[in-house]
Amino acid sequence: MILETGSPERVGFVVDKLGVEYPLPQALLRSNPAEIPGHTEQEVVRHYVRLSQMSYGVDTGMVPLGSCTMKYNPKVELRALELTEGHHPLENEETVQGIMEMLYLMQRWLAEITGTDECSLQPPAGAAGELSGLLIMKKYFDDRNEQRDEVLVADTAHGTNPATAGMLGKKVVYIRSNNEGLLDLELLKKVVSSRTMGLMLTNPNTLGLFEENILEIAKVVHSVGGLLYYDGANLNGILGIARPGDMGFDLVHLNLHKTFAVPHGGGGPGAGAICAKGDLVNYLPYPIVRKEGRRYVWFRPERSIGKIATFWGNVGNVAIAFSYILGLGPEGLRKVAEQSVLATNYLIAKLKGLNGLTLMAPHRPRKHEVVFSAVELAKRTGVTANDVAKALLDRGFYAPTIYFPPIVEEALMIEPTETEPIEVLDEFANALTDIVRQAFENPKPLQESPRNTSVGRVDNVKANHPSTITPSPRVKRLREKGLLGPLK
Amino acid sequence: MSFRNWLPNLTRVDEMLKTIGVSSVDELFKDIPEELRLKRPLDVGFGRALTEPEIIKTIEMLRGKNVSLRYPPFLGAGACPHYVPEAVKFIIFRSEFYTAYTPYQPEISQGLLQALYEYQGIMAELLEMEVVNASLYDWSTALAEALLMAVRITGKNKVVVPEAMNVYHKEVIRTWLYGRGVRIVEAPYDKEKGTTDYSNVDMSDVAAIYVQQPNFFGVLEPDPGIVTDLAKSHNAISIMGISPLAASIFKPPGEHGFDLAVSDGQELGIPLNFGGPYVGVLASRWDGRLVRQMPGRIVGETVDAQGNRAYTLVLQTREQFTRREKATSNITTNESLMAIAVAVYASLLGYHGLRELGKEVFNRSHYALERFTRAGAKKAFSSEFFEEFVLEFDKDYDRIAESLLLRRIHGGFKLDNRRALFCVTEVHPKEAIDEVAEVIENA
Repeated sequence: MILETGSPERVGFVVDKLGVEYPLPQALLRSNPAEIPGHTEQEVVRHYVRLSQMSYGVDTGMVPLGSCTMKYNPKVELRALELTEGHHPLENEETVQGIMEMLYLMQRWLAEITGTDECSLQPPAGAAGELSGLLIMKKYFDDRNEQRDEVLVADTAHGTNPATAGMLGKKVVYIRSNNEGLLDLELLKKVVSSRTMGLMLTNPNTLGLFEENILEIAKVVHSVGGLLYYDGANLNGILGIARPGDMGFDLVHLNLHKTFAVPHGGGGPGAGAICAKGDLVNYLPYPIVRKEGRRYVWFRPERSIGKIATFWGNVGNVAIAFSYILGLGPEGLRKVAEQSVLATNYLIAKLKGLNGLTLMAPHRPRKHEVVFSAVELAKRTGVTANDVAKALLDRGFYAPTIYFPPIVEEALMIEPTETEPIEVLDEFANALTDIVRQAFENPKPLQESPRNTSVGRVDNVKANHPSTITPSPRVKRLREKGLLGPLK
Repeated sequence: MSFRNWLPNLTRVDEMLKTIGVSSVDELFKDIPEELRLKRPLDVGFGRALTEPEIIKTIEMLRGKNVSLRYPPFLGAGACPHYVPEAVKFIIFRSEFYTAYTPYQPEISQGLLQALYEYQGIMAELLEMEVVNASLYDWSTALAEALLMAVRITGKNKVVVPEAMNVYHKEVIRTWLYGRGVRIVEAPYDKEKGTTDYSNVDMSDVAAIYVQQPNFFGVLEPDPGIVTDLAKSHNAISIMGISPLAASIFKPPGEHGFDLAVSDGQELGIPLNFGGPYVGVLASRWDGRLVRQMPGRIVGETVDAQGNRAYTLVLQTREQFTRREKATSNITTNESLMAIAVAVYASLLGYHGLRELGKEVFNRSHYALERFTRAGAKKAFSSEFFEEFVLEFDKDYDRIAESLLLRRIHGGFKLDNRRALFCVTEVHPKEAIDEVAEVIENA
């Protein structure tokens, strides 16, 4: 642990000095030195290279996390960072015309891909896009003096949807799915009312199923004056094939770090976009880039909800997504969707009928992802979805998303993406088949996995108990000195 | 066409279809109603797929349309130019970190979890706060989240912030708080000194009181601790925003006894990136009432089944995937990789190096102010400052900014016709400062 090594006098970087000195205001100086040791450059590099070896990314192997779209990130993309790296966000427009042109093109391309009229690249990630979307809805209805306090959410929705509604203090109404895994249209008709602000939906949904009644759904929501919101996390499987705007969605957010191959960085940074149709364009977070003659200028939509992050969004990552789209072109984008859907259904074909794993509505083709239930496996062998996940780690794969969506018991949510070669899909299917077989023969080793990772199963009770929870070395030190009690 | 090497199964379609038991790829999309199927190619990119060299050429063409400045810009206002050591870039481009997802499976993500824990630990020491989360988007959204925490904890619906806080942060909190209809009241600043005065603000029913150190004008607030006293007497949450470099020299939030602290790690190893990605810092003192309301991920130390030291995400029940509409925030994707950059940067410098850097920034900005005032500009506020300062000119600042730009130098951030906010750090060489002084003198 880096705070336990090194020493105060060591430095790994020497600060340039001008050789001038001015007196510091004494009354404001900090009293205690911060306990952050210095290190030589080599010490730091060795330490973090070692830590990187104890991490797992798409460049290490398959990351089949459902709804995360962990596709390979072509290396050429990173050259795009050179476009933005050295530029300050508040520079005069004249000095950053190249960046603004890139942003302008991205706004147009993303609007075209989503079938909307305009996009703002302000949101630094998908959840910030959702927040923008709901704030747009609120302001839109405030402007019309309409009091609407309900947000409808499918029970298959990503957790961010209700959480965003919660941030606005709105009431969340869940719409159950039917046995086909699709939104229950009859139920929807019953719950919509003049209190409905909108419905948040992802299509294909988190079961990987296309909501085939989407036009009808849109009609129902619009019939009470509500708005339809598209959660773009699952766009990958329909790129260039169908567009949310054409389906009747009014607002769309995108996760550029999913669909458009921005490396995920161990949890971030991402990049988002929020796109709108018709009048709602006037409410987009500002700024938006406009073209005036040959020049690119910043523009604030008339009824803009304001700014959602400090500057212009995660522009560096927008540039990465830009270079990805350049490499795909119109044909490539569509191929991405086709290939990702092909991979999902190929994997299903390989896994279907596996003892203990069940699939809702097995006759329906999946799009970007598939959710198996291991509930039978758990009942008959005691091996849970969590055990299966840990056993996959031992076999050199990252695990699928587990226990999500909540409507599927013991869920294993798998998104292979279009970038895993057929041989890897086969290996993954074989690994899962092998785990299931073992579960019936000798479940105990699976329940004790993983063994091949740098640590074994972690103690979550100790990790979270009020008297042992340790979120920083500082907490540990102060607790040992008797200066901190349990976290109450 | 690049995509041919990006899509490995293009030549294996037939055998995959055979395994699936369908005759065409189209059949896999048969559940999409015919009227929704796009019948034309998307109008995106340059009409066709570019090859790798063509992609690079396009990026270079766009770069050519930017102006490459001779020196780093004298711009701050929420992001300051600093040198980023090669070792930092080298580490964050390690693709085991760069291409990883959120460490939901701790056993196979120990390195990533430990790096984030180290970031939390370093920030905790620097700010003298016990709990730091694994990052939010940037300073402004960290502040918005802190204010929302205060609203939830106190059940009150008004916050007090300084008029002299960062103008962009102010716009962001306005946007975020609009959702819940929270009222924002501003504490005015002394027009002479540039310091914030909380004494005449109506503190009734206040959920949170915020102070920014140094404030938007670069002015050091002489007594930020007054906010903690005010908050205590009004049952409100006290929040301090502080530049991480300023915290290496000046009293950190923990020493004053603040409940929460916010910042941005950009100054510690992150390039300007035209505004993002940066890394939002949110810190709390050791109080369950606060910590359990914190948004975002937190990494904690624990042990594995064999008793080895191990790291994992803690207090996950606060988060959206389990709590849904009762979650503390909707945030999922954060700025992890940037947090790792901060950890690497701070481990290289250590506290002594950070302090040395902080002092150099203090010295250089004071040298620049001296040069600029000798050249005829006026220091707008009489108070002590750090890193940034406001200059007042006897002519339109636009004229000076334009003259500078002709020399491919970018001046400070324009506040109004006659005033601009300048930022000077270790990356601004003496000749750059002297040249700006010359332009001010001759304008």
